Amino acid sequence: MSVEDVTPVTDAPVGRGAGDSTREPLIVLSGVQKHFGDLHVLRDIELTVHKGEVVVVLGPSGSGKSTLCRAINRLEPIDEGEITLDGVSLPLEGKALARLRADVGMVFQSFNLFAHKTILENITLGPIKVKKTKPAEAKERAMALLERVGVANQANKLPAQLSGGQQQRVAIARALAMQPKAILFDEPTSALDPEMVNEVLDVMISLAKEGMTMIVVTHEMGFARKAADRVIFMSDGQIVEEAGPEEFFTNPRSDRAKDFLGKILTH
Amino acid sequence: MADFLTVLSEYDIAGAYWVNLKLTFFAGLFALVLGTILAMFRISPIPSLNLAGTAYVNILRNTPLTIIIVFGLAVLWPVLRVEFSEVFTVNFFWLGVVGLTVYHAAFFCEALRSGINTVPVGQAEAARAIGLPFLDSARLVIFPQAFRGAIAPLGNVVIALIKNTTVVAAGSVSEIATLMREMIENESNYVYPIFLTVAVGFVIIVVPVGMLATYLSRRLAVSR
Repeated sequence: MSVEDVTPVTDAPVGRGAGDSTREPLIVLSGVQKHFGDLHVLRDIELTVHKGEVVVVLGPSGSGKSTLCRAINRLEPIDEGEITLDGVSLPLEGKALARLRADVGMVFQSFNLFAHKTILENITLGPIKVKKTKPAEAKERAMALLERVGVANQANKLPAQLSGGQQQRVAIARALAMQPKAILFDEPTSALDPEMVNEVLDVMISLAKEGMTMIVVTHEMGFARKAADRVIFMSDGQIVEEAGPEEFFTNPRSDRAKDFLGKILTH
Repeated sequence: MADFLTVLSEYDIAGAYWVNLKLTFFAGLFALVLGTILAMFRISPIPSLNLAGTAYVNILRNTPLTIIIVFGLAVLWPVLRVEFSEVFTVNFFWLGVVGLTVYHAAFFCEALRSGINTVPVGQAEAARAIGLPFLDSARLVIFPQAFRGAIAPLGNVVIALIKNTTVVAAGSVSEIATLMREMIENESNYVYPIFLTVAVGFVIIVVPVGMLATYLSRRLAVSR
C-alpha cells in the first residue's frame, strides 16, 4: 500500500466526550513528526484529547501507537511539531519537564514497579519526593489507593512477590497517587496472563467512569467498546481513522482499519 | 623454624599490614565516592559530562598504577606543592591514598556501570514518569539497584585495591611490601619463609572479602 491511499478518514465521533467542543482540550499534538533513523514512526500527528475523555489507540504492531503514547510525556523526544498539556508546551528537559511529567501518569506494559521498594514505597515515592507531601499523609493516601485497586493486603511486599495483574494495579495506583491530569496506558494488559487481564481492565473502566482523562494503547477491543469515547486507528505512523467505538468497529472507513479488524475479530 | 619465628617477632608485620588496610579503607571509600560520581557522569543526559566521565575512566584505567604513585611523589608533592602533613610518613601515606583513589575510581565506576546495566531501562522511565528529575531518579531508583547488582564486580575491585596497596611502596610508604624488602635484605637466610609469610597474609585478608562479596551479591540481589 502506498502512502497516498490512506487519507485520514476523520469522522464526527459518536462517543460520550469525543469532539465535544464544550470540554476543554487537555492534550494537544500538532504537526508531530518522529523518526527512528530512516523509519518515520510518527507522521503529521494531529490529535486533541479533551478533559475527561478516554481515547483508545489501536493499530498493528509497529504502527507508532506506543511511540505516540510515550511522546506525550517525552519519554520519546519528537523531531518536529508541538505537544501541549493544559495549554503549556512540553519543555525540553530539566526541572520543568519533570514537573510536567508529574501531571501525566504513565502505566507501562511491563509494570516497571521499583523493584527494590515495597508496594507502599512504590506509591509514596512520587508524592513525597516530587510533591513534597508529608510521609504520613502520603502513606495514608497510598493505602486508600491500594484499597481501591484491591491490593492493600500486599502493601509491605516487594513487587516480585505479586502477580502480574496485582503489579499492574499497583502501577495504576502509583500513577493515581500523583493526582495526574491524565494517565497514559501503554499496552497495560499485553504482558499479563489471560486470567489477569480483567482485574486490570476493571480498574481502568472504573477510572474512565470517574472522568479521568485517559489515552490507552491496547489490543483489548472489549475495553475500547466499553470505555472509549473515541478510537484512534494508527498505521505506519499515521492516524488513519478516528471515530466513536461503535462506529469504528461496525463501520470502519479505511481499508487498513477494515483489514486490521478483519484479522483480529474473526476468531 | 623457631629461629624464623624469632626473626619474625623482630619486625612489626601486623603494623605493616595495618597500613595496607588503612590504605585500602581510605582509598576504597574515596574511590567509591568518586567512582559513583563518574558513573553518574557517564549515564547523565548531559553530553559534556558523559565525555568527561569517559575520558577520565579511559585515561586513568590505562595508566599503570606505579606511574600514578610516582607522579604523586615526584610531581604532586614537590612541584605542585600538594602536602598533607609536615611529617614525611603521614604525607606519603596520603599521597598514596590519592594515587590509589584516582586510579581505582575508574574501576569502581566501571563496576557500577555493570550494575547499572542490570537495572531495566523501564525502572528509569518509571522514575521519570512520576516526575523525578535525573539526580533523584539516579539516587532513589537506579543506583540503589545498581549497587546491589554490582556487588560481585565491586568486590573484585576491592580485592585488586587491597593487593595494589603494596604499589605505594614505590611512594615510600612503609607498608608490608616495604617491610618485606627490608626483611629480605636483613635476613637473607629466610628469603622463602619471609616471602611465604607475606603472601599468606594477603590470602588471609583477601579470601574473606571474596566470600563476603559472593554472599552479599546473592543476599542483596534485587528480585525481579
